[in-house]
Amino acid sequence: MESRENNNLKAWLYLLPAMLFLGVFMVYPLIDVFIYSFEEGYNSASQTFFGVGLYNYSYVLHDPYFLQALRNTFILVIITVPVSTGLALLISVGLNSIKPLRNLFQTVYFLPYVTNTLAVGLVFMILFKPTAYSDGLVNLLIRAFGGKSVDFIEGPYWAKMFVLCFYTVWVVMPFKILILTSALAGVNQDYYNAAKVDGTSSFRIFRKITLPMISPMIFYLVITGFIGAFKAYSDAVALFGTNLNAAEMNTIVGYVYDMLYGDSGGYPSFASAAAIILFAVVLTITCINLSISKKHVHY
Amino acid sequence: MKVVLDHLTKKFPSRNKKTDDEVIAVNDFCFEIPDGKLIGLLGPSGCGKSTALNLISGLLKPTDGRVFFGDDDVTDLPPELRGVGLVFQNYALYPHLTVRENIRFPLENLKGADRPSKEEMERRVKEAADLVQIGQLLERKPSEMSGGQQQRVAIARAVVKMPKVLLLDEPLSNLDARLRLQTREEIRRIQRETGITTVFVTHDQEEAMSISDLIVVMKDGKIHQIDRPQAVYDDPIDLFVAKFLGTPPINVFEGRVKGERLYVGEDCVLETRGVDDRDVWVGIRPEAFTLDAAGPMRCGLVGVEVMGRDSTVIATHPAFTGTNIRAIIPAECAREVGEGAVRFSLKDFKVHLFDRQTEARLRFEVK
Repeated sequence: MESRENNNLKAWLYLLPAMLFLGVFMVYPLIDVFIYSFEEGYNSASQTFFGVGLYNYSYVLHDPYFLQALRNTFILVIITVPVSTGLALLISVGLNSIKPLRNLFQTVYFLPYVTNTLAVGLVFMILFKPTAYSDGLVNLLIRAFGGKSVDFIEGPYWAKMFVLCFYTVWVVMPFKILILTSALAGVNQDYYNAAKVDGTSSFRIFRKITLPMISPMIFYLVITGFIGAFKAYSDAVALFGTNLNAAEMNTIVGYVYDMLYGDSGGYPSFASAAAIILFAVVLTITCINLSISKKHVHY
Repeated sequence: MKVVLDHLTKKFPSRNKKTDDEVIAVNDFCFEIPDGKLIGLLGPSGCGKSTALNLISGLLKPTDGRVFFGDDDVTDLPPELRGVGLVFQNYALYPHLTVRENIRFPLENLKGADRPSKEEMERRVKEAADLVQIGQLLERKPSEMSGGQQQRVAIARAVVKMPKVLLLDEPLSNLDARLRLQTREEIRRIQRETGITTVFVTHDQEEAMSISDLIVVMKDGKIHQIDRPQAVYDDPIDLFVAKFLGTPPINVFEGRVKGERLYVGEDCVLETRGVDDRDVWVGIRPEAFTLDAAGPMRCGLVGVEVMGRDSTVIATHPAFTGTNIRAIIPAECAREVGEGAVRFSLKDFKVHLFDRQTEARLRFEVK
């Protein structure tokens, strides 16, 4: 018995450092944010508040900037997660079926992952941003095909949303390709040989063997993709600058940041309420994902 | 359906680009597998057995030579048009499908007029499952089954489309010893019941001997001998075949033929006619030894292992190439074994002579 107690003590001792840091830097702030979100008129300088209630939530949910941010975030999530995962799957399958130059292509597709965000932003500026000297490469192309040039950075909403989605897809894809190519390479060749001997068409092989075999990885990418896209912020800043509300391109995380530190900032209670709403949304979506995956993911 | 291999050769390019030596995995295979027979491809690891099997299945294209199924040349046909069933060493069952779906998979690939109706598919799945005696496990996933049951599912999946040729690639090597014994009898039974021409790859000589109609013994991509199992054992064509078949293995001695007498060390053990004077390898099967107080073969005694039905005498001899000779004698004779030394006489038809250089068999007549 004594040795077991000793072991228990040892186990707690081993866990202590991690728990300490998690507690101080994760759990405590989380609880704090939750509390802040219910404290009305909280002043961070004097540490005082008027009362406790749901006013912060009601304010945030009626704030047109928040609703704009919510809409932007949802559009971003709904477009970029399926598109980036689908494209990554396509490219991975392609990479997996070629032999020569595979390593070269794998490196090329992985480059965006290790490239600096600002450098990527610069490239996108060259592609999309009209300057005093040119309209940007994409507009040159549009005009070459007889279209009218569009201001992608300060123009209509759909154009800006397109650039944001495009940018996000481009940034998140390398990681997905990396994961999926290794998942595909991990499928035992015997399954394919068995299917080939049985005369299975390549479409059926893909649908009935490849997809189910790598479904845990796809599922992992979808879940992390959803969460990542809901937390999008820096991409929008890289493209449209820090005044995102004016550009109609704010995201929920951007709204939280603005409420804390932005020009109109200094409202930690509103920021906390928005953060809790985001948390609730992500939690709901992840739960839905998990329940769907039970049917379609084969471990 | 008989299968004919005609000068079949498969070369793989060298992995090292600087040197140009290619690997010849299958070297000039010529043999015929008679209709409805089970043939065992036997050889040590890396000798090209699986390559040969994959050439028959069509998963690999030969560098040279032709493959015939019956009178049809199938060399250029892809695997799905050859009508072969393939069973893999690791079974390759689709883990996300149930047993029923796994067995039905090949049928669902069929198109047009070949595609059976739903009821017909169901009937054939049931039939195949019953053949391998897993009819009650159809709703299980492969992960919920034992290795032996998975193997049966793999066989059912291979036979459900009624292949002309069934190919088994080391089908028993992932099973434990007991299950291996049981499953190999099962494979023999299934093969007899269906009458499908079957090729069975194994590195286990006992396995090959016990279920094959014909054994092909190969090494380094070359065929050494093709014959009935008993014939290969009784009449090996060279030292490799003699050493590869039989447990315990054949005892090999350095020997010498001089004046039509065979000497093993100092002992003149047999009189041999028809072999010139020369140095030879002498292969003596464990069961060739008979205890004989006046026998010509004088050995040092190490001990006796009792097996119940028979006993193994472990002995030494100066001319022996290994450490210990193993001789199998009936259990009731084991009491006669003394101490320190033992003498044997030899059954001449269990003694084989091989050329010291080429290791080819030297046949002799007993006087």
